[in-house]
Amino acid sequence: MATADTQTRRYQEPGAPGNAAVVNPDPRTVTGPAGGTGQGDVQTVDGQLRILTEELKLANADLRSEDRGNFCDHPPEVIKPFRAFWENFLNWARSESLWILGFGTGCGAIELRPLMTSRFDMYQYGIQGRPTPRQSSVFVIGGYASVKTMKRIVRSYEQMQGPKFVLGLGSCTINGGMYWDSYNTVNRLDHYIPVDVYIAGCMPRPEALLAGFVKLKEMIKRGECEGANRYAENFEWYKANQKRIIKNWDMPDYNW
Amino acid sequence: MTQMILTKALYTVISLAVITNYALILIGTMARIRAKVQGRVGQPFYQPYIDIVKSNAKRTSISHGVMFFLGPVFRLAGGLGTYLFIPAIFGSVIFSNFSFSGDLLLMMYFIFFGQLGMALGAGESGHPHSAIGVARGLAQMTAFELPFVLSVVALAAQYGTLSITEIVAAQQGGFTHWAAFTNPLAMIAGMIAFLGMSGANPFSVVVAPQEIPIGPPTEMQSSFLGMLQTNRAIFNGAKMVLFMNLFWGGAAHENLLVAILIMVVKTFLIYLYVTIVGASFPRFKTEQSIRFFLGVPTVIGIAAVVLQMV
Repeated sequence: MATADTQTRRYQEPGAPGNAAVVNPDPRTVTGPAGGTGQGDVQTVDGQLRILTEELKLANADLRSEDRGNFCDHPPEVIKPFRAFWENFLNWARSESLWILGFGTGCGAIELRPLMTSRFDMYQYGIQGRPTPRQSSVFVIGGYASVKTMKRIVRSYEQMQGPKFVLGLGSCTINGGMYWDSYNTVNRLDHYIPVDVYIAGCMPRPEALLAGFVKLKEMIKRGECEGANRYAENFEWYKANQKRIIKNWDMPDYNW
Repeated sequence: MTQMILTKALYTVISLAVITNYALILIGTMARIRAKVQGRVGQPFYQPYIDIVKSNAKRTSISHGVMFFLGPVFRLAGGLGTYLFIPAIFGSVIFSNFSFSGDLLLMMYFIFFGQLGMALGAGESGHPHSAIGVARGLAQMTAFELPFVLSVVALAAQYGTLSITEIVAAQQGGFTHWAAFTNPLAMIAGMIAFLGMSGANPFSVVVAPQEIPIGPPTEMQSSFLGMLQTNRAIFNGAKMVLFMNLFWGGAAHENLLVAILIMVVKTFLIYLYVTIVGASFPRFKTEQSIRFFLGVPTVIGIAAVVLQMV
């Protein structure tokens, strides 16, 4: 049985030659709207999809032309960190105030709940839940990500304000785990959004999740968690991978 | 003239710095006390500082328009306005702020100004949960305003003034002179209204994370949120100082440090009362809290006013 990944297992690593244009198996997304707003004509070069127009704006090819004006056409930008002492101080604050997006994407989300209780008490590590992506800085992908959920994951991740961090919880996020040959589950999460820390196990216990948070805090303090910038740098690569599996892409190319 | 203005500006900065830092530490401490009630270790007392730095350290932010931008600014102006027209420490030049003869009325206006500004800002974000939060917040605010205003009117009638400084002055000379003891009905109505004003349980439905994500500030992020977090400290500090002045004799001593200590102890106890009630009772629904405020507290407030009239 083919998985969502193996159906078109032709990934190109970020930075590889030609990563700006990835084959899109869905012919619907390569048809540029004729007579649209003029900003969204999808460029196809040798049958390959371009997410950005020549003016480096988002094509938003899947939106109806009358809707395009309502949405952003700017791709995310790389924002360089400050220097030395000041960035270290800000990274310390970021690591000691981790707000989790309260979005249980899979069965692993059940392991998040005990962290709030008095037994594990995540608040003492500066971790707390937040119900809106706008205010959250950590996205915990709780286990398997089905294609349907992936669409929501992308929307939520893009709405978070950078710097933002992603924890992949459970084996399913690493290689699909027990869902590796499922027809509707992605196998490798970091092909779709940048992941900072993976926590292996099925299911990992809350202690493992806490250990993952501790690891994440160390990495943030060392300035190694630049996922938002990685996403902006390799935007077209991520976007093409996402569009390959999400068939009903009726949203802007970047959910700002 | 210039020297006078500069001196006053310096005093204002000192006064603001003291109340902001004190309220931030108080908020952190109370979160820790709540954690102890729940059998947890709890966050460090300085967590509110880290959260504010973190929010302001975000590299990106999204604005939804001019009013969205102005919402947190109005909220902060409401918090600053409330505090700056209340004499924080009776008889102190530095902490008298901009108190004047009609400050009680102006302060009541400022308490609600910020919420109305925030309502406009949250409305422009276009998020349905913001609108629901605003509707709930304004409904609840209208309800607790009634016992609050009644208790303030009772006090104004009792002391024959609309100046907070004069109300504090009339309460000097021992705790039996405090309005809490000379006018207990007004104190009860006012302190119940304070529970609603502070937004803690059982009146926390406005920003209830489990029901509507965070309420009015759902779309607020980055430095917008940082501004709201800073205002939360100033506004909470201002309200506690206000209720200390109205009912609990204010903070007065010839030694400034002792006076500040008195303020710290009294406001700590006022906040502790809110925390204990919050830790003990579950959350009301909006209609329940409206019915609650329009019931017994309003009757007590009316009784307090009537008693002053006869």
